[in-house]
Amino acid sequence: MELKTIVQEIEGTVICGHNLLQNQVEYAFASDLMSDVLTVEKDDILLITGLANVQAIRTAEMADIRFIIFARGKKISDEIVQLALENNMVIITSDFSMFRVSGVLFKLGIKPLF
Amino acid sequence: MELQYKIQGGNFNRAGYASSEVKKVLKQLNVDPKVIKRIVVSLYEGEVNIVAHAFNGVITVDIDTEKIKILLKDSGPGIADIEKAMELGYSTASPTVREMGFGAGMGLANMKKNTDSMTISSKVDVGTEVILINYLNL
Repeated sequence: MELKTIVQEIEGTVICGHNLLQNQVEYAFASDLMSDVLTVEKDDILLITGLANVQAIRTAEMADIRFIIFARGKKISDEIVQLALENNMVIITSDFSMFRVSGVLFKLGIKPLF
Repeated sequence: MELQYKIQGGNFNRAGYASSEVKKVLKQLNVDPKVIKRIVVSLYEGEVNIVAHAFNGVITVDIDTEKIKILLKDSGPGIADIEKAMELGYSTASPTVREMGFGAGMGLANMKKNTDSMTISSKVDVGTEVILINYLNL
């Protein structure tokens, strides 16, 4: 599914990476625990998290994840955006909870990893 | 090629900088992305461990045509029981570390999973040394 469609379905706001919204997403993973994210072997997944700090971006960088949704209306700092831009990432925020974002995407056919 | 990074304990804003730099170098060297991911995931977990637990540390990265050897050396409380620390779910991390998304007792096990060889030595109230070796398959 195109990221653009995902943004619409979760009533999201694109913070950065507007030029990458044509990318397709097949799998997603939701976690606030970064060590959990670092165990994911599949690349190019969509990460759904409520942890809005620099470590979420660093974790995504190491795990080759370029698409991130911050749930529950988290405020995204300039530092996060800067680091995301350096790594060619798409940052999306949504007022929906992690549960709701996950539910919407699951219903749309985005696959879980485990 | 040798690279060296100083790590400051408690400075979470900078945690991951060294791993990020090493990733850039490995990309430039055209190392297989799957191998790079294993290396930087284990290095990043190690870097976060220094920030989370130690006063300060140094990461020394040695890259040759065959392998990458990473030495993570810190001054800090050390690990009293390495075997226990390797157990999944065992952690001595502070609430601050948990707020950063770590401290669930998964780090060392994940480091081991992503390296071809990992050795840990530690002295309580002195510090910890971790050596990670990965073959580059160039």
